[in-house]
Amino acid sequence: MDQGSVMEAPVQAEPGAGVYNEKLGMWVFLASEVMFFTSLIGSYIILRFAHPEMWKGPGEVLNVALTAGNTFLLICSSVTMVKAFAAVQDGDQAGLRKWLIATTLIGATFVGVQIFEYMKLVEHGFVPSEGLYGSTFYTMTGFHGFHVTIGVICLIFVTMKAFQGKYTATDHRGVEVVGLYWHFVDLVWIILFTIVYLI
Amino acid sequence: MATTATTLDGIGAHPHVDAHHDSFVRRYIFSTDHKIIGIQFLLMSLFFLMIGGILAMFIRWQVGFPGKPIPGGGVLPETMAPGGIVLPEFYNSIVTMHGTFMVFFAIMPLLVGVFGNYLIPVKIGAPDMAFPRINMASFWMAVPAGFIMLAGFFVEGGHAAAGWTSYAPLSANPELTGVSTGQVLWSVSLIILGLSSILGSFNYITTIVNMRAPGMNWFRLPLSIWSLFITAILVLLAMPVLSGAIIMLLFDQTIGTHFFRPDTGGQPLLWQHLFWFFGHPEVYILILPGMGMASDIIANGARKPIFGYTSMVIAIMGIGFLGWGVWGHHMFMSGMNPTLGTGFMISTMLIAVPSAIKVFNWMGTIWRGNIQFHVPMLHSMAFVSMFVIGGLSGLFMASTPVDIFIHDTYFIVAHLHYVLFGGSLFAIFGAITYWYPKMFGRLMNPFWGKVHFILTMITFNLVFFPMHSLGSQGHMRRIYDPTQYEFLRDLQWVNEMISMAAFVLFASQFIFAANFILSWTKGERAGPNPWNDNGLEWSLPSPPPHGNFAVTPTVYRGPYEYSSPLVTEDFLPQDLKLEGNRESAAHAAGH
Amino acid sequence: MSWFLPPGASTFAGDIDWLYYMILIMTGIAFVVVEVGLIWFLFAYRNRPGRKALYYHGNNRAEVIWTSVTAIAVIATGLLSAGVWDDIKGRESVPAGAMMVGIRAQQFEWHFKYPGPDGQLGTADDDSTRNQLHIPVDTPIVAVMTSDDAIHSFFVPAFRIKQDAVPGMTIRVWFNATKAGKYEIACAELCGLGHYRMKAMVTVYAKDDYNRWLGDTSRRSASASESSSVAPRPVAMNHEGGSH
Repeated sequence: MDQGSVMEAPVQAEPGAGVYNEKLGMWVFLASEVMFFTSLIGSYIILRFAHPEMWKGPGEVLNVALTAGNTFLLICSSVTMVKAFAAVQDGDQAGLRKWLIATTLIGATFVGVQIFEYMKLVEHGFVPSEGLYGSTFYTMTGFHGFHVTIGVICLIFVTMKAFQGKYTATDHRGVEVVGLYWHFVDLVWIILFTIVYLI
Repeated sequence: MATTATTLDGIGAHPHVDAHHDSFVRRYIFSTDHKIIGIQFLLMSLFFLMIGGILAMFIRWQVGFPGKPIPGGGVLPETMAPGGIVLPEFYNSIVTMHGTFMVFFAIMPLLVGVFGNYLIPVKIGAPDMAFPRINMASFWMAVPAGFIMLAGFFVEGGHAAAGWTSYAPLSANPELTGVSTGQVLWSVSLIILGLSSILGSFNYITTIVNMRAPGMNWFRLPLSIWSLFITAILVLLAMPVLSGAIIMLLFDQTIGTHFFRPDTGGQPLLWQHLFWFFGHPEVYILILPGMGMASDIIANGARKPIFGYTSMVIAIMGIGFLGWGVWGHHMFMSGMNPTLGTGFMISTMLIAVPSAIKVFNWMGTIWRGNIQFHVPMLHSMAFVSMFVIGGLSGLFMASTPVDIFIHDTYFIVAHLHYVLFGGSLFAIFGAITYWYPKMFGRLMNPFWGKVHFILTMITFNLVFFPMHSLGSQGHMRRIYDPTQYEFLRDLQWVNEMISMAAFVLFASQFIFAANFILSWTKGERAGPNPWNDNGLEWSLPSPPPHGNFAVTPTVYRGPYEYSSPLVTEDFLPQDLKLEGNRESAAHAAGH
Repeated sequence: MSWFLPPGASTFAGDIDWLYYMILIMTGIAFVVVEVGLIWFLFAYRNRPGRKALYYHGNNRAEVIWTSVTAIAVIATGLLSAGVWDDIKGRESVPAGAMMVGIRAQQFEWHFKYPGPDGQLGTADDDSTRNQLHIPVDTPIVAVMTSDDAIHSFFVPAFRIKQDAVPGMTIRVWFNATKAGKYEIACAELCGLGHYRMKAMVTVYAKDDYNRWLGDTSRRSASASESSSVAPRPVAMNHEGGSH
């Protein structure tokens, strides 16, 4: 029975949030992620304010230039994600695939650069047990990197499904929902980059 | 292109009543049916409730009879209880694990995992949850979390021994307890369980928001669903904070970070703030669904509408909202700024108000009712009366000067058990008995239900009421051997009495267990609506088929239209269409 | 078994005990009203043949009344408590000239330090004792507390004082003992396997007797062996010779 697109519908349920389930679910899930990162970032702020002398200045230990470039890459990947979503909305399958591949590759590069940065830092003796500075740096950026990695894995799945033609102009929930997650992960990074690298 | 609410069909969960041709594994082990998942959580949680109870027996043996060998305790390993005599370090582990198993693996999954899963779709008229596969993942993550938590008993150094509250640096530094792997396992288990809970929470929220049947507007929702909805929001926002805190603790234990270690700038109080910021909403998670289900059962038992439905909803929201601002009342003696203490005292005093509203409204519901004393009603009335005691005792500790004396004494132990056992667990017993026929198609035996209820009610009070007195004499908690203190020796007879009552309390639970197990195959067969209830689930067969409703129901009224003048029966189901316009007159009367 | 608090022996006991009894009376009344009400309703409105329940959805006026009464009662309790709390724990409330005592909590004993003849804490002539606290009666004492390892909690039931001792923090708690005698000190925060036996004793002397104790040179040795139950510091789970 064709009820039309699952992304819009005549009401057979009570009016709910006005968005389809997967999108509502992702927004709600992201609220929990906000709380998770707040617990880590909030702890960092408390610990740093109490003992500012235990931190080094910007650039003394961390490679700000490299990470700034990495940040730019991640922001670009949000742009490519938006372009992928716009493409599928217009029924442009080729555009969808192109922009999804771009997002996935840039995301993977971000993770790769972070891993490279970690290796360099460890080489120079900056490890998680290196006082509060090391503890907070690795925990915050590490869990962010973990979330980006999960995002990349999801992007790979979505890209594969795009190549199988599973997304249409009328039903592209997977693309929108993974996009929401991806933008969130980007936003958290912008905050982290500012307070960890620039301050 | 507008993206609006989806149809119930549109989400791919077609209501259908035809038999599935899936394998046994697909239908009952890796099921995506919310009803099966709810029952899976039920079996798992009851198992852990038993484990928690066994641990409590060890505690009571040691506190009541310090240094005496447990009868048959010779089977325990030398590292725990040589010659059957509990070691002090093992005692601390038992106390820790009793709290941990009861809170995280028994009460929370019983309320949220069992009844959240089972009731939400059938009570709102939906075929299943919004995300059935994520629902399945949620259960199958809780199971390994449980195994990991059990494993801690078998590792070198023993299980975590820093209390279920795991205060740092005791928990962060293995040198302080002699426990290292056990504490790590505790942390890992709870991180996994936290993720399981979070997956469940956004599933519940999405389902309740988007998948209510036509006519099921917000103010026709049963209070059980309202409370599960607010609880899901609390889980969603509180569990991640615990996860963050435990991750930091885990890193302190394993990779040498310094979050909570004071010698290098870490702050023990940071752990307490994080833990209790989660911990206080957690205790509302542990009571709200019980309150909601008790409301459903009490209206049914009294054959009367809930008194003040709208205020009950506002009270649930009020408790959920205010619960975020009281966490510091667990930390009055912690060394935090005393001015913060005053602030938290005021917010704590305020949160008594919505709970009081609910108690008065439950009383208003049975006032001039026509009360049937079925077993769920007995448990629900016990819930109200015991929760009142727990709530009132809370006022003592809310007053910061009084808390100076009673903090970390048995007064607190009395309070928490009155709300968690007297409150939540009685509500759970009532709810299990009430929805058992819907789940299994058979009724639990009412006679043995009443026997279990009476024994539990009496022994529960014999165990926990005297603890108020112990606390008011200054008896500290988590104490392996109270007789070390002269001022406690005269009170030891109370501990002995409590322990003996506790053994009877524990033994009485076997009646419930036997009733539960035997009724599964031998219980009287249940029709669709053995309690003459109004909820949507009672229009379905017992048990309901996969997909629940063959035809999506339409809802015409609230769930508490008992003894309505519009019909001759003393109940009026939510989805029953009445001829003519009889209802509008009633609506004009203001409900 | 009683709801009465044990005899108090400090200036705090009066206020704290008064608050406790006031809350006891208030909650006692609420308890009786609610529980008797519940039992009465369950009896009076029980199902009987021919009985019908009243079809009734609520009463706003009743709700406003009982909600207001509850709110006023709890807020009043809070406001009454706030003043007492400030007097006891307020950082500005430590009396000027209070006698300082240093308290170090450790797994599983209490170490006390006294100012010595120069009247200053933290100098070379400080006295110290283990598990025995000696103070004069009717004298404000301010204890400066910390911990060497886990969080402990200094609890003297008779004085109605309790304060966590947190490693990395220095926390002040003041009190004024009003009756000479010996009182037990307990640890009130789980701190490891010896938590249950981390007890100490505070001896409150009449003023002259205290001076005598101070002047007694034999007590000036830092390794005073006046502790009662001292146990070896445990490290591993299987420590030999269980201590109970």
